[in-house]
Amino acid sequence: MASVWIPSLLRDLTGGIVEFRVSGDTVNDLLNTLDERYPGLRARLCDKDAIRPNIALVIDGLRSQKGLRERVAANSEVHFVPAISGGNLNNKSDLCRMS
Amino acid sequence: METPVAEQAKATEVSVEERHYNIIGTRPIRHDGADKVTGKALYGADVRLNGMLYGKVLRSPHAHARILSIDVSRALALPGVKAVVTSADLATLDSVVSRVGEGAVNWRYLSNNILASDKVLYHGHAVAAVAATSLNAANEALNLIDVQYEPLPCVITAVQAMRPGAPILLQELRTNELGARGEIPTNIASHDQNMRGDLERGFAEAAVIVEREFTTGIVHQGYIEPHTATAVWGTDDQITIWTSTQGAHDARRQVAEVLQLPVSRIKVIPMEIGGGFGGKTVIYLEPVAALLSWKSGNRPVQVTMSRFEVFAGTGPTSSSVIKVKMGSASDGRITAAQVTMAYAAGAFPGSPVGGAMSVILNAYRMENVQIDGYDVVTNTPRVAAYRAPGGTNAAFASESVIDELACKLGIDPLEMRRINGAKEGDRRVDGPLIRRIGYLETVEKARASAHYQSPLPAPSTPGLKVGRGVASGWWGNWPGGTSSVSVIVNNDGTVNLIEGSTDIGGSRVAMAMQLAETLGLQAADIKPMVVDTDSVGYNDVTAGSRTTYSTGIAVHKAGLSIIQQMRERAAQLWDVESASVDYADGVISSKDNHIGFKELARKVGDGDGNVVASISISPNGDGVALATHIVDVEVDEETGKVQILRYTAVQDVGTAIHPAYVEGQIQGGAAQGIGWALNEEYVYDQQGRLLNGSLLDYSIPTALDLPMIEAVIVEVPNPTHPFGVRGVGEVPIVPPAGAVANAIANATGVRMTVLPMSPQHVLEALWTQGNERV
Repeated sequence: MASVWIPSLLRDLTGGIVEFRVSGDTVNDLLNTLDERYPGLRARLCDKDAIRPNIALVIDGLRSQKGLRERVAANSEVHFVPAISGGNLNNKSDLCRMS
Repeated sequence: METPVAEQAKATEVSVEERHYNIIGTRPIRHDGADKVTGKALYGADVRLNGMLYGKVLRSPHAHARILSIDVSRALALPGVKAVVTSADLATLDSVVSRVGEGAVNWRYLSNNILASDKVLYHGHAVAAVAATSLNAANEALNLIDVQYEPLPCVITAVQAMRPGAPILLQELRTNELGARGEIPTNIASHDQNMRGDLERGFAEAAVIVEREFTTGIVHQGYIEPHTATAVWGTDDQITIWTSTQGAHDARRQVAEVLQLPVSRIKVIPMEIGGGFGGKTVIYLEPVAALLSWKSGNRPVQVTMSRFEVFAGTGPTSSSVIKVKMGSASDGRITAAQVTMAYAAGAFPGSPVGGAMSVILNAYRMENVQIDGYDVVTNTPRVAAYRAPGGTNAAFASESVIDELACKLGIDPLEMRRINGAKEGDRRVDGPLIRRIGYLETVEKARASAHYQSPLPAPSTPGLKVGRGVASGWWGNWPGGTSSVSVIVNNDGTVNLIEGSTDIGGSRVAMAMQLAETLGLQAADIKPMVVDTDSVGYNDVTAGSRTTYSTGIAVHKAGLSIIQQMRERAAQLWDVESASVDYADGVISSKDNHIGFKELARKVGDGDGNVVASISISPNGDGVALATHIVDVEVDEETGKVQILRYTAVQDVGTAIHPAYVEGQIQGGAAQGIGWALNEEYVYDQQGRLLNGSLLDYSIPTALDLPMIEAVIVEVPNPTHPFGVRGVGEVPIVPPAGAVANAIANATGVRMTVLPMSPQHVLEALWTQGNERV
């Protein structure tokens, strides 16, 4: 099972638990599983089908570019860390449009 | 079992032991060098087109005001004036956030920054623009545009903007806490946090605790070439834009969003760039010039900023306030650290506080740590990236406190960093495990350097104080984005390398060298060319220290494709299986057959098509860079002037493709960091008007202000790049302010907590801390 680390501002949702072992093939799978246990967690990290633009996804120490579609392995370690800069993050995001 | 992400990285892994290069590590003359030193290279403002008009932008005299009305009729009536545009000519965009480059862009805010709509949010905010047959007519027309304002109170710093009752810039703004939206209007756009361990326990274990608050001013990148854009909106509704940009494709995308047009209708031609440092990843003039062209009957329009406009109307970097509390055991082990940092984003959200949250402590092992970061809007220009965005401010704070801890404990400052320095397998403060880095190698190299081993020089004049300081810096770089290249083998054996990454610091030659190394050719055999957005696949910006890394991977892959094709062509020539054909050092061979690359290239065009390769990649990468700097200063306690006597910058660069340009990046970053440390700062009056928007009043260092900066290259190859590259351009600006502050403390016993450490601020510190010298 992959290891998912919960950002500190979301630990109120998980009762303070920092790290979960979760089964799944993709980051999307992992978050869906966690969201079933802790409703609302996925929505804090994602807007629709994309990770929010103020969050950088780091898997096994590497910056991921595929976001929710990124595949993980049983020993993967998944982190959501602050991106370098934000923008206005209150609003809907549109991460998939790439010219 | 390797994870999928790690597998991808491993595919390009390089072993330190396997390194033996023919081209990489040499210093060939850059391909664009002669044109640049002889003045033949063409920059944006060099563009001249038949019938071209000249555009100028009207800017707000207020830091914060409601726009009541704009009357352009008198301007339009002026002879020679062909068009006027305001925000009324732009579509009202949805407040949608997209990831662009390393950051995120809210399209409505980007549009409102290009031309203000209902409010102006900073002195210099663009309000309208005109196009005329001459610059004089355009300037005169600006004076005829009648804008009625209702001035509003302003906030210039994050502290002012966060106070209860502060004037609100954006009524719709709510604080975002990782997806949770606040309920009340605010200037705090976001709050983020990194936390691990037990702070209380960590501070209880400390033998010494230091707690200080640091403030830093607004600083501009100071690129010499002002922003410029020339646009033609053709009668076929195709738009062509010549501009100075760090990323033509990103510029195209931003223009398309602002003008609500498909990207296929826009072609951006990147001209040579006279500096950017992050500041030219954002568009300002491009859509304005395009609209003026459209409204003037499809005539070409060129808009070029004055120096004042560059200062007042484009994105500098954030001012900040940073509180650091850090404890250390008596053996020098840091037991706990707590940081609160607020970065001013300017008029719209998006400060680099996230970058700052990683920079501030990631170079060190920290078990008990909490970092809170706030992104705050202020009545100043919306910030843009500046070399390791957010890093210099952050390291100024953390490196000062670490130095003070070392001082209190009687530990050598570099030993303090060795004791706590992060290495492979440690965990970053923000969570992920650290892959291969060379931080401790930079510390050891610095400690062994002739500079650090030498005694401090005597003061040049009796009474002056001399001191030595050190500081380190972390920068994660951006080992990602998308890079696309095309490679064409010419039948004379030369190779065209077509790329879209703007060449700011010598990337043409760096790409050519990587391709030459791959193919076993000379760098001069490769013809690198940066082309427009219609002529190559998508390329992200030249920023985040990503180009030599990411585009380098694309170049390497394209080279491997060329090698495979050349093997197949040789197999056909010799009527053997391609599997039996070898390729090494530019020679193709099979049993008794041998042929050089150039000779084969002459043969392959005969009826068999060309040998070409096009590659586009979006790597999941890692390219963390670390640096350790040493500086000697001389302080005049009567005037507050600080003179840099000697400066050494040690940096892990992974592999130096072209050492001269790596050294240039290190020296340039250090020089900018020293300017930030000692002189540079936006100065505003009480009404929020910028007072020093010229290079006479905004003091960047010149050759007369600095000694030769010694760049010391450490090479710990990055395993995720085929040649071991890490980005090099950003991290050298991270340590200087901290190093200079620590040197001043060593000289005077006074801890500086304000940037810049100008004579005024140094004197204030000497006067206020005079009795507390350490």
